[in-house]
Amino acid sequence: MGKPSKETMVKMYRTMVKIRKAEEKLMEVFSKGDILGFLHVSIGQEAAPVGICSHLADADYIATTHRGHGHAIAKGIDLKLAMAELFGKKDGYCLGRSGSMHLADKSRGIMGANGIVGGGIPIATGAAFAAKYRKTNQVAVSTFGEGATGEGAFHEALNFAAIKKLPIVYVCENNGWAEFSPHSIHMSIQSVTQRALAYDIPAVSVANNVLEIYEEAGKAVERARQGDGPTLIEVRSERWHGHYVGDAQKYRGKEKVEQAMTKDCLLDYEKELLQTNTLKKKDVEKINAEIGAEIEEAVNFARECPYPEVSEMMKGLYL
Amino acid sequence: MKDIRYIFAIKEAMEEEMNRDENVFLIGEDVGLAGGSFGASKGLYEKFGPERIVDTPISELGFTSLAAGAASCGLRPIVEIMFMDFVTCCMDSIVNQIAKMRYMFGNQYTLPIVIRMPEGGGLNAGPQHSQCLEAWFAHVPGLKVVMAANPYDVKGLLKSAIRDDNPVIFIENKTLHAMKGSIPEEEYLVPLGKAEVKREGTDVTVVSASRLVNESLKAAETLSEAGVNVEVIDLMTIQPWDRETVYRSIGKTHRLVVAHEAVKQFGFGAEIVASVAEDILDELDAPIGRVGAPFVPASYSLEKYYVPNADDVKKAIMSTLERVF
Ligand SMILES: Cc1ncc(C[n+]2csc(CCOP(=O)(O)OP(=O)(O)O)c2C)c(N)n1
Repeated sequence: MGKPSKETMVKMYRTMVKIRKAEEKLMEVFSKGDILGFLHVSIGQEAAPVGICSHLADADYIATTHRGHGHAIAKGIDLKLAMAELFGKKDGYCLGRSGSMHLADKSRGIMGANGIVGGGIPIATGAAFAAKYRKTNQVAVSTFGEGATGEGAFHEALNFAAIKKLPIVYVCENNGWAEFSPHSIHMSIQSVTQRALAYDIPAVSVANNVLEIYEEAGKAVERARQGDGPTLIEVRSERWHGHYVGDAQKYRGKEKVEQAMTKDCLLDYEKELLQTNTLKKKDVEKINAEIGAEIEEAVNFARECPYPEVSEMMKGLYL
Repeated sequence: MKDIRYIFAIKEAMEEEMNRDENVFLIGEDVGLAGGSFGASKGLYEKFGPERIVDTPISELGFTSLAAGAASCGLRPIVEIMFMDFVTCCMDSIVNQIAKMRYMFGNQYTLPIVIRMPEGGGLNAGPQHSQCLEAWFAHVPGLKVVMAANPYDVKGLLKSAIRDDNPVIFIENKTLHAMKGSIPEEEYLVPLGKAEVKREGTDVTVVSASRLVNESLKAAETLSEAGVNVEVIDLMTIQPWDRETVYRSIGKTHRLVVAHEAVKQFGFGAEIVASVAEDILDELDAPIGRVGAPFVPASYSLEKYYVPNADDVKKAIMSTLERVF
């Protein structure tokens, strides 16, 4: 496994830029009222989904959370159709029924973001169970925040996966905050890896650095594919913004927010690529311009797309 | 009298009861430092401290049953579930434990617990953040189920719920949080188990609870211009519900519409209607009307067509009035 190829490195950069810019754009359109409901962005956390999903094929599974745009993008979701869903439009992945907290794309193994904290963890574990049952060699990934590890669903899933040696990678993005409260309200341990060790699941804690994450994820995905069972990776990331867009973060204080924003996994990676000459300044500019245009196009597509008809509402509940 | 928002009326009720009884405490996610996800406990942490305003990890099942244990040992917990949708994560606690502990253990234990949660649409929050599940709880022997439609009622009912020695599922409504209303400066209670006639009328009885009471009142207002006289009953407690008030009204109007925000099928309205059919069917002059959300999960982009409103109540009233047996 080891280090990524130059091509992969550039691709990872592109995807991180795509997540960052998509989230920024979403914040903008949300503030204008084009998107309703709740919007949770993942700015500051782009490294984890990209480092992990770089090892996955379309056939592999991922189940995520309310903060799930980044994972969907990293797993290759079609941006136009995803935007349409976020805008609640007819061509959206979920027919405009569900919005940001429920993005799903079956064709790429994206089993859904989730409105229920911890809800996706046993579901991803079930996907791993199915892969093992059918001997398909697929791997499942479950992503969640540190807050979710307080739920019984997390513990029940890990215990089962360990007993059955299921092909799954648990990725905990520990951004230090769960909604409006810090880590210390949620657990007395320093690292979520301690939880995994209790189930005899190997676990590592890595910095918010895409190459480190890539390396650890590579080993974990390989272990899962070889039939050696689950791994947990904790990524120590940063939540730049409020829990949801519009959250004034009075509970957190300005300095803490500013401090978080000084830790920029995208900028760090960009610097590294420039320093190692993997990319030149003009390549970076070009990539950013291309992605910017792609996002603009997706937003325009979503805007133009009609809302679902009211008569559609009653369709599809049962087969 | 003073003006107050629904959400602060909730806060006042909790604060007054905590002042009155040192065994009352609040527990839930982000209720302390953050003052509650919707602001219901703003300032209470500063006043009562972390011993009585208890922030929890995200573990609804655990802290709800923990409240049951604490209540069995003499405390009076108020549990906050952030959205009613998340109460599904603690159904064992509520259904198998809390509802049954008194009866099942031969009346030895008393469980004075209030489990508060906001239900309903209105935020375009989609299928997992908009549900109205009160009927589930009303179907479980051992629980009381309370729903409040305005700031006055929410304060008075919550205070009564906290003083009640039975477990109470206390259902708030997200779109009502910002609603303003007038309440007395001095202390008052609104009793559990009693419905209230919110508007008197002679032509048709609408039985409702929570937000749909306000929608029914709006519908009644517009219909009065057309000469239709609607009586609106707010159940307030849907388990055990006040048959006397409902039956008395039907004895006067001879027509019935039930209205709630929850999906129509198997909603609490169905129980009202079944009881009416069982006990006083001969009082009715026409088939009943029912208002509820369509039988699909709540929609994100089509929410405004999903959540029932005054117009739906009006239509149900009109169609009942147009019919006879
Ligand atoms: C069962 C359940 N309980 C509570 C919530 C409300 N809620 C949504 S996100 C969140 C915090 C989650 O924190 P974490 O898992 O650390 O993820 P992060 O938001 O930091 O990405 C909470 C409490 C919910 N959606 N579902």
